[in-house]
Amino acid sequence: MPETRREERSPGTWRTAGAVLRKDLLLELRGFDTLPAMVLFAIVTFVIFHFGLNQATIEGQEAAGVLTVTLLFAAMLGINRLFVAEREQGGFDAFLLAPVDRSALLIAKAAALFLFLAVLELIAVPAFALLLLGPSLGPPLPGLIAVLALGDVALAVIGTLVSAIAVQTRARDLIGPIIGLPLLLPALIAVARGTGPLLAAHGSGAPPGRWVAILALYDVVFALLSYAVFDFLLED
Amino acid sequence: MQVPAGATLAVLGRNGAGKSTLLRILATLLRPHAGEVTVLGERLPARAWAVRGRIGLLAHEPLLYRDLSGRENLGYHARLHGVPPARVEQVLDAVGMRERADEPVRQLSRGMVQRLAVGRTVLHCPSVLLLDEPLANLDPAATGLVAPLIGRDSGLTRVITSHDPRAALAEADLVLGLAGGRAAFVSAPDQVDPAAVERLYA
Repeated sequence: MPETRREERSPGTWRTAGAVLRKDLLLELRGFDTLPAMVLFAIVTFVIFHFGLNQATIEGQEAAGVLTVTLLFAAMLGINRLFVAEREQGGFDAFLLAPVDRSALLIAKAAALFLFLAVLELIAVPAFALLLLGPSLGPPLPGLIAVLALGDVALAVIGTLVSAIAVQTRARDLIGPIIGLPLLLPALIAVARGTGPLLAAHGSGAPPGRWVAILALYDVVFALLSYAVFDFLLED
Repeated sequence: MQVPAGATLAVLGRNGAGKSTLLRILATLLRPHAGEVTVLGERLPARAWAVRGRIGLLAHEPLLYRDLSGRENLGYHARLHGVPPARVEQVLDAVGMRERADEPVRQLSRGMVQRLAVGRTVLHCPSVLLLDEPLANLDPAATGLVAPLIGRDSGLTRVITSHDPRAALAEADLVLGLAGGRAAFVSAPDQVDPAAVERLYA
């Protein structure tokens, strides 16, 4: 990585990322600042859709759209808060003073966001099935998990990048969505198209291969891009 | 100007003179707009990576997470610096915080947080200490407690900023007066012109 070499005592990228991730999970367990807000937002949104659409149940592409957009907006809450503790409590300085690979921070934050999204979906998807979804969630579940996991990687990587930019500004709650949502639009489309057939009344049990491939490619491209530019975002 | 190994540079100046900015440049956290900076023989910012981990910065902010305990905070910093966990207990003892080490930092008094911050600063056995008002919030007993770690007896190269010229001069081997981000004077402490010091704070 540019400007980041390892000293004898440097703990290594993965060990450093593990230390930061462990610290972030501990902070979340102590404060519950992020996850409850994400979960509550998603469930309230499903309730609003339930009454707003004036339909007992939805299915297919309509259901996929509602689920994907709700998860995306819930994710924005987590993205906005991802670096707040580092900014407000000197975590950035402490990290930058250590002889570590700065990319470890990207890896750790993306992993933390991915875990938050996984927990969010563990609660939000069953709630969605209960409140809105017509067809049974059972048969398409493996496919749905695969598509959502790929979508979560996109959200985690781009969300971390956007959050690192936004937290340096005063209007971080505004900057996050303004930069993040356009960047995430292709992933949103791919997740919605990938899950649409799965949530149809007589749909297939497997997601469309084309959208899964697009999503996977999108994940790889943005992961590499984030890895390349993240070091420079931490410069003064 | 040069600060010899093991010497103490006291940086004097009123609020906004550039004391903290100078420390952040020396700590590799800021890039200098002009001039040349060398720390431990390494030119900054080009070779900043070579000195990170050999610098201990005690800033205005303690660089501790409020929702974590002192032990958890120091454990986190130890992992970042590749320091064995046993060193955390050693440092907690040294700053007299072992008994309160499992309480969240937000529940501790300012003096206790400052003691933990001192512990965080010396946890990785740095070669250079950058100390921004290091004794802020510390009572005389705590000041005595941290003296072997960050005081003259530590034997480390130190850069200290202070609003209290008398205390800073007593500690210093070299004095830098800053005004408006520029050096107003550089001299040995016994050759500092009291009028020049007064002008710094006027």
